[in-house]
Formats: sequence, structure tokens, C-alpha cells
Amino acid sequence: MTSNSGPKLSRQAKVGIYLALVLLSIPAILPLLWMVSTSLKTNEQIFAGGDLTVTSLFPKPLHAQNYPDAINNMPFLLYLRNTLLLCMFGIIGTVCSSAIVAYAFAKIKFDGKSLLFGLMIATMALPGQVTMIPIFGLFRALGWYGTYLPLIVPAFTGSAYFIFLLTQFFKTLPDEMAEACRVDGASEWRIFTQIVIPLSKPALATCALFKFIGTWNDFLGPLIYVNDPAKYTLAYGLQQFVSHYGGYYSQLMAASTIFTLPIIILFFFGQKTFIQGIATTGGK
Amino acid sequence: MALVLQNRGHNVCHPMSWLRSERARNNLIAYLFISPWLLGFFVFTLWPFLQSIYLSFTRYNIVSPAKWVGFANYKMLLTKDELFYKSALVTIKYACISVPCAIAIGVGLAMLLNANVKGIAVFRTIFYLPSIVPTVATSALFIWILNPNIGLVNRALMLAGVKGPAWLNTAPWAFYSFVFMSLWGVGGSMVIYLAGLKDIPLHLYEAATLDGASPFNKMRHVTLPMMTPVIFFNLIMGIIGAFQTFTEAFVMTPGGGPQDSTYFYSLYLYNRAWKYLDMGYASAMAWVLFLVIVVLTAIVFRSQKKWVHYGG
Repeated sequence: MTSNSGPKLSRQAKVGIYLALVLLSIPAILPLLWMVSTSLKTNEQIFAGGDLTVTSLFPKPLHAQNYPDAINNMPFLLYLRNTLLLCMFGIIGTVCSSAIVAYAFAKIKFDGKSLLFGLMIATMALPGQVTMIPIFGLFRALGWYGTYLPLIVPAFTGSAYFIFLLTQFFKTLPDEMAEACRVDGASEWRIFTQIVIPLSKPALATCALFKFIGTWNDFLGPLIYVNDPAKYTLAYGLQQFVSHYGGYYSQLMAASTIFTLPIIILFFFGQKTFIQGIATTGGK
Repeated sequence: MALVLQNRGHNVCHPMSWLRSERARNNLIAYLFISPWLLGFFVFTLWPFLQSIYLSFTRYNIVSPAKWVGFANYKMLLTKDELFYKSALVTIKYACISVPCAIAIGVGLAMLLNANVKGIAVFRTIFYLPSIVPTVATSALFIWILNPNIGLVNRALMLAGVKGPAWLNTAPWAFYSFVFMSLWGVGGSMVIYLAGLKDIPLHLYEAATLDGASPFNKMRHVTLPMMTPVIFFNLIMGIIGAFQTFTEAFVMTPGGGPQDSTYFYSLYLYNRAWKYLDMGYASAMAWVLFLVIVVLTAIVFRSQKKWVHYGG
């Protein structure tokens, strides 16, 4: 972050930059503020419309009742439990398996390595639409349709994206320690669990974070495989809310706010993890 | 060769067998380590990939076995299905507009955010936040702010004396609503550009200053060329992503929007497969999508010699 913070700027340039930043911030942040503001309005306040003023952003009085109403209507807590369950299994499955696979790609010499690694990268560009129908047929034949298994089991075979990310990270770890352990007769599994894993906590955290967000946001998966309203996830539940109660803007925005909030909180706590993860995938 | 191997001490007698077993052992261990991915690759990628080629030549509704129909699906798709062309066009237009705009805005914002001024971290957060809002929530939010009468956008336009369009309810604007929505989430790629900017060595700028380059020339001849690999990466990812746009279309205009103007290809594919259980036809559509993406990606890859600068 310290490497290159741009050239030194004149005072005029600085004023210009501030002005541009402030102006561009408005369309970026206002919709989010509007979401929260709407979630705290009564229907009368919402449908009054009229001129847009600064005060229309700050409802008076605050109508917090939309939140319990939305939570009961959705039902939010049930969907939250379902979503967290999927997130938990997804993270465990994908982080463990991706790390194991990445270790071999980063630290062991074997025949066919570069071919397989290339193949793995190529799968990332394969659109899901191509494989989704046969996979659906497979899960249906196994009797897994309507259960969470189709949403959980594939995670245990690793994710190409995370394997790539972790391989790049493992490669940066010095080989000397692993070599020393090999000479002492330690198995690859021991080197992996006792040396590489403890040194890789930041990279593993990035994967866990991204997997959490991916599962939290996933819509197509639950849409295809879940048929029982008691098994809906938050993303799917919110879409159902839109299609059934789309006009209840206050509750819709309350539901959207509580659905988005955990992601934003995670971002503020894990800002570094976030940005580094994104930058590594993009840059190299 | 023999000399070298003999110097390895205790392996003098069977140097080659020692090598072979060491190599075999490594192979065995490595393949055990990658076995989860290998298994997933065969079961969830390779087999479905091949199976979907087969399915695209069949009539298949999931419930009963697939029935071979030859090229019937492709024939129908290319000659009789208006909605196929319509949805393909919507998607191509969307990719052609949203991807270049996202690159221009993303690079522009990143350059602003790379400026050495106080409080820049706050702005960085503001521009990044929209990109992490879950797609379903963004879609709900945009349905609301694009409400023709009481939505935020039209009320803001009213301040400027402009009567805003009915957005999602009217033909050209429904489409542009999706473009604007995608640009609102530009923060994700912006972060990648920002990381790219930070990687440009300072000495290049110093050399340019010594040569008397103006700030504009520095941007034109140092910053932009050095950014082309990152732009290239985002271009590829952007095209692949744009062609698969689904969730926002499904949430905001599940019926395809006014005059099918937001009937994205993946939405049509989904409806074919799951609404009409026309899985063979949908497989053919998926293969057409795949081939289009492959061809476009190949073109972009071949073009990189002309404009992508790998030197830094």
C-alpha cells in the first residue's frame, strides 16, 4: 500500500480531485442511504413523494416497526439459520479441500502438474449454464433434489478459484523449512498441516470470507435445488419477498438492509483480507 | 549422466530404480492430495460438459429418458426461435455497453483514488461498498429507486427539472437500468485497477518528469500502458460475467421486461429448462452461449499483442 501513492500534487489539483470525488460519491452512496432511510419510513411518508430534500433522507419520526414486520413476514430467522448452515458447510468443505489440493500444486513435484493446473484454470471460464442441467439430472437421480446436499457436497471437491489463490500463496512460503522436515522423514501431510497451514492463516481467511459471501449471495443454487419454503435461504427468500410484496417498499428495504448489513460489517472488520484477496486474483 | 548418479552414494547400484520409486512416490502422494479436485473435475465438470453436448441433441424433460433428435434443437434455435435472437441481442448489447463503460469508470475512479490526498480511504470505501451488496438486495433496491413516481432517481431528476422515464416499465430505459445497475457495482474491479496503479514503479514517472512530460502525457504514455494487463484481465472477466447475467434479470424483470427488452440470454435459458422443462433445448442454448464466449475470449486474447503491454 505504501509503494506508489501517486505524484505530488499542486493545491489546485487537490481541490479538483476532492470536488470530483465528492460529486461521484453521491450516486455511489446515496442509494444505500436511501435504502436505510426507506426502511425507517411509514407508508405515508414513502408515498408522499414530492420534492427531494435533505430532510426526506431523515424520516421523522423513525418508524423502526418495519424491521420486526419484515422479519416476521419473511420469516427472516428461519432463512438466516438455513443460510448460515449452508455457509458453514460450504466454508469447511471448500477451504479444507482447496488447501489440500493447492498444497500439491504449490509444493510437490509430480507428473502432469502443469497440465492439470492449466485445466483447473480453464474450468473457471466455463459458464455454469453448460454443466448445470446434467448436474441437476445427476442430483435428481441420486434423490438429492429438495435437500441441501447439491449445495454442500460440490464444495468438498474444492473450488478452482480458491485453489488458484492458495497455490499462489503457498508458493511464496520458503521451501527450506519443508525440505528440512522431509530430510527428517516428515510426511507431506505433516508438513502441510504443521508448517504450511499455520503460516497461511491470512490466505485461508480470505477464502473463508469469499466463500461466506458467495454462499450468502447465491441465488441460482437455492432456486434450482430448494423446493420447500422451510428450506429457503435469505437470498431466495428476499427474491420471493420482492415477487410477492414488491410494493411494500418500507419492509422490502428493511429486509434488504438486514440482508446486506452482515456483509458490510464483515467488510469493515476484514477490509485488508478483502482487498488483498481481490488484488491477488486480478494482478497476477 | 551415470557419473552424476554414482556420486549419490548409496544408490550406486540401482540409480534409475531409486529415481523411479522416488518419482512414483511423489506422484502417488501428489495425486492423493489433488484427488478431491480431480473427483470434482470428473463428476461436476468433465462428465456434465460432455453429457450436455449429448443432451443438446435430444429432447429431454428430466423425468423421462432423453430422446435423440439430431440437430432439431439447433435448427429450431437458429431458424424459428425469435426469442433466442432477441435474448442474444439483449445480452450482446449489454456486454458491449456495460463492459467498456465499467472499464472506463473503474480506471478513472482508481486514478482519482490513487491521488495523494487526505481522507482518500473514506472515498475508497464509499466507491467499493456498492459492489459488495448482494445482487438480490441490489435488485430490490433498484426496483425501488427506479420507481417512476416516487423513486429516488426520478425525484432527483425532478430537482434538475427533468421528468424521468418509467425506467423498468418502458422499453429502452429498462435495458439501461441494468447497465446503470452494473456500473453502480464497479467498485470490485476498481480495487483491482487501484492495486495495478500501486504496482507501477515510481521511477517511470520520475523519468517522464525529467523528460518534461505533462501530467496528461504521463497518464497517456506511462499509466495507461502499464495498466493494460489489468484492463485485459477485467475485460475477459467482464465479458464472461456479462454474458451470464441472470440473477438481477430474474429478480427485476422475471418476465423479460417491456417488449422483452431485458430478456437476458441466461434468463431465457433458465425458463426453457425449468419453466418448460425443455432441457435438451436449453442444453443447445448453453452450448451456443459457450461457443460465443470461447470465440470472443479467443479474439480478445489474440488482440492483446496489439495493445497489452507486458514490460513492467
